[in-house]
Amino acid sequence: MTDAPSKLTTVAKAAAVNPLKSSQPLGAALAFLGVDNAMPLFHGTQGCTSFALVLIGRHYKEVIPIQTTAMDEVSTILGGADHLEEALLNLKKRTNPSLIGVCTTALVETRGEDFAGDLKLIAERRGDVLAGTEIVLAHTPDFAGSIEEGWAKAVTAIIEGVVPQGAPARVAPERINILPGSHLTVADLEAIRDTVEAFGLEPTILPDISGSLDGKVAERWVPTANGGTAVEDIRTMGGAVHTIAIGEHMRGPAEVLKARTGVPYTLFDTLTGLVATDRFVALLAEISGRPVPARVRRARAQLEDALLDGHFHFGGKRVAIAAEPDLLYAMARFFAGLGAEVACAVSSTGSSPILEAVPAAEVVVGDLDDFETRAEGCDLLVTHSHGRQASERLNIPLMRVGFPIFDRLGAQHRHTALYEGTRDLVFEVANIVQAHHVPPTPAELDPFRDHGDTHVGRPQTAAH
Amino acid sequence: MLKDKIKAAFNEPACPTNRAKAAKERAKGCAKPLTPGAAAGGCAFDGAKISLQPITDAAHLVHGPLACEGNSWDNRGSGSSGPDIWRRSFTTDLTELDIVTGQGEKKLYKAIREISQRFKPAAVFVYSTCVTALIGDDIDAVCKHASSKYGLPVIPVHSPGFAGSKNLGNKLAGNALLDHVIGTHEPDDVGPTDVVILGEFNLSGEFWMVKPLLDRLGIRVRTCVPGDARYLDVAAAHTANVTMVVCSTALIGLARRMEERWGIPYFEGSFYGITDTSESLRRLAAMLVERGAPADLIERTEALIAAEEARAWARLEPFRDRLAGKRVLLNTGGVKSWSIVAALMELGMEFVGTSVKKSTVEDKMRVQILMREEAHAFEGMAPRDLYAQLKSGGADIMLSGGRTQFIALKARVPWLDINQERIHPYAGYDGTVELVRQIAISLGNPVWDEVRTPAPWDNEGRLTDRHVSHFTMDDDSDAADPTFAARHRRKFANSRVDNTDPEYLAHHRKKFAGRDADDIGDD
Ligand code: SF4
Repeated sequence: MTDAPSKLTTVAKAAAVNPLKSSQPLGAALAFLGVDNAMPLFHGTQGCTSFALVLIGRHYKEVIPIQTTAMDEVSTILGGADHLEEALLNLKKRTNPSLIGVCTTALVETRGEDFAGDLKLIAERRGDVLAGTEIVLAHTPDFAGSIEEGWAKAVTAIIEGVVPQGAPARVAPERINILPGSHLTVADLEAIRDTVEAFGLEPTILPDISGSLDGKVAERWVPTANGGTAVEDIRTMGGAVHTIAIGEHMRGPAEVLKARTGVPYTLFDTLTGLVATDRFVALLAEISGRPVPARVRRARAQLEDALLDGHFHFGGKRVAIAAEPDLLYAMARFFAGLGAEVACAVSSTGSSPILEAVPAAEVVVGDLDDFETRAEGCDLLVTHSHGRQASERLNIPLMRVGFPIFDRLGAQHRHTALYEGTRDLVFEVANIVQAHHVPPTPAELDPFRDHGDTHVGRPQTAAH
Repeated sequence: MLKDKIKAAFNEPACPTNRAKAAKERAKGCAKPLTPGAAAGGCAFDGAKISLQPITDAAHLVHGPLACEGNSWDNRGSGSSGPDIWRRSFTTDLTELDIVTGQGEKKLYKAIREISQRFKPAAVFVYSTCVTALIGDDIDAVCKHASSKYGLPVIPVHSPGFAGSKNLGNKLAGNALLDHVIGTHEPDDVGPTDVVILGEFNLSGEFWMVKPLLDRLGIRVRTCVPGDARYLDVAAAHTANVTMVVCSTALIGLARRMEERWGIPYFEGSFYGITDTSESLRRLAAMLVERGAPADLIERTEALIAAEEARAWARLEPFRDRLAGKRVLLNTGGVKSWSIVAALMELGMEFVGTSVKKSTVEDKMRVQILMREEAHAFEGMAPRDLYAQLKSGGADIMLSGGRTQFIALKARVPWLDINQERIHPYAGYDGTVELVRQIAISLGNPVWDEVRTPAPWDNEGRLTDRHVSHFTMDDDSDAADPTFAARHRRKFANSRVDNTDPEYLAHHRKKFAGRDADDIGDD
């Protein structure tokens, strides 16, 4: 595995062609949806809200509760404080959420208002009506960042808004905080919870979309996030012995939590892969003082076997990956760790320090068009569903990861982390590769094929 | 200037809603203020893009920060018989720096250049969005300049989301076509049976179920806007003899002004349902003949209708038994509510309700006449109410768009997509048969019985009466002892082998003869 610093290239183009990014407020909304009985509120026009909820709905196949302050032309010019206030009061009256997560959009940020000030005034004026509902604010203009940044900002806003400042009266030795990155799936969170609990520890996962976006059929209609981290548990996160943050973009929230409450944290840059999971499991054993449970040891043995069986299908393969920084890093590490070459790495944004560590010669900050032009001749494309056009045109199979995955079912229940997740990923990749194996034709193997102008071969890739 | 454009778009005399209003009220326009914290639906940009993007050989460039396009591209399934430029997503993806330094226009200009050089589109449509309208980027000027510089049509579409609803966006798209596209190309093959179809999106390729009917009659579709359209054909739309408007809320204003400007008469029709399809063909033929097409067109049309209708009804007959008496909840504005209602009622289905949110006054009247007083029309329902109605068994199936899909599914009620994300084509005679077939398939799926079967335990996980015991109680004495152990003992009582039985032992020994426990599996 090469961990040499890689070169970051930003493509100078006036137009993004086939965007890789989803917007920052969308990422924030996803995080807010991981809090029980919460309601994300976009401060902006209703169109942005509609697009975000439709896209999230297409991924999770769920009704997604997101509301809008419904700014119109007039309020855009005059200022949106009234709309914000009205929206909060209406939401309180209609759905009585435990938390309203305000996500600003490009429109209101372009006008540049004092949203925090507005919220404070509203809280002072209408405190009686709004009592019992936490209101937190994330600055998430669409002209910056992407899902990861929006997600991290929302988590930070929740911590700052809900967790009290100062060391708690009591520290519970079995409680730990988990701050998962936006790239982890519902199934990943469930596996993490199970593993943590197997050590007799009590995790508070923030945000916990495995409670709310797990696709259950409930017996009644719930207009807000149905499941997720309880606000009460968030309030007492300061009483945990340790915080585990997963993904570089969760460093910020972990720092804020530490600064407020003194809870130390450990950051895992990825939880995909044998070595990364070993470190995670070892940390849990250390915190709990208990031996590693048999079940976890068995999962590790299964992963070892999967790695042995699967590595044939990775060695020498050229892989093209386009994703948000932390997911890009996790995937690149996964492929490089099995002997594949990350021949093309495209990141949605360029601000994350983790990009330096991506095991690829170059990391391009760009869109799926940059991805498509660079991925030619690769054996596998790895990105979200929008990569399907590139896959069709290049005739290279696509492995769907990240968000959005709208043309396949079950994205939320896919394992990508810990021993189980790595094992499943190995199988998935190996199966895609096997399904696309094209037996050679005589012409392709003809030793004279490159002599003269009768070249008919496929692009040759590096040998195993 | 944007204000004027928006006002003009709302001031639509052909809009039946407007016709019913008093002059003073009409002047206010029909934008209803939205309720913050209780609003849903797309924006004007969304509507404009929907109405233009299926023009397949054009590039559609969205001028604004990422979200507008980044969160919405590749979400509709129009069919294209050729180019795929329209499926690519183009956006100026403005950054904070672009906005504060006022680089928006420059970036837009460069973007047009990049796209025109690299993808060679027939034209570029440029959509303004909230932020670029707010900061006052002059997209008209940029488009004009780029157009002359790069020698291709570059069409500004003024569609900032805050201007209003999706519906308004449809109209703004129509304006853009009228101001910059239609009438700019003179084809050399103008004929007496040329028609234009407006507001047909060719979703799942369904216009391809209708076009062969027109071909058979010798009626030439100059262009179908926007479904599977080519830019030059749209630019030549003014040479047609008749306009048919399929989705009237979207482009009726465009049809009216094409009549004003070029004298092309229009009518509103539908290709959903058998009766409506026939009626549309009839109208097309009659209007074309009036405008100089050969008179036998009418006769030929009647013959085709008779043959196709007979065929369609014969194909529908087998479904009658399965569908008669089933209750449908229709929750849509997308496909003409009454077109579907008529076809399904003929098969004996009942309607428990229909949303008329986006329907015109005329539509509503037709719905009322069709459904008489039993069913009620509603103006759109809150998700919670919709869920409650479905959950209480208020309907056997819901037909709607994707937005309400999961409400039905979570209430464990069959659902069929009849809106823009549908994967089955429903237009024309064959499409009607397909729709009925899909309804039957959905209703008949055994999965509904399974998911409606309650779990055999209660909320605390305790077994309930619904639980069917796996243990048979055939021994009276043990049946009195309800413990698990007792039941278990009884179950295996008869299966125990007597290991003193010499025959059994002999058999057993033979089976394992020659095997050492240590090397089992190695032979
Ligand atoms: S409301 Fe405005 S900013 Fe939002 S998606 Fe529509 S055009 Fe874009």
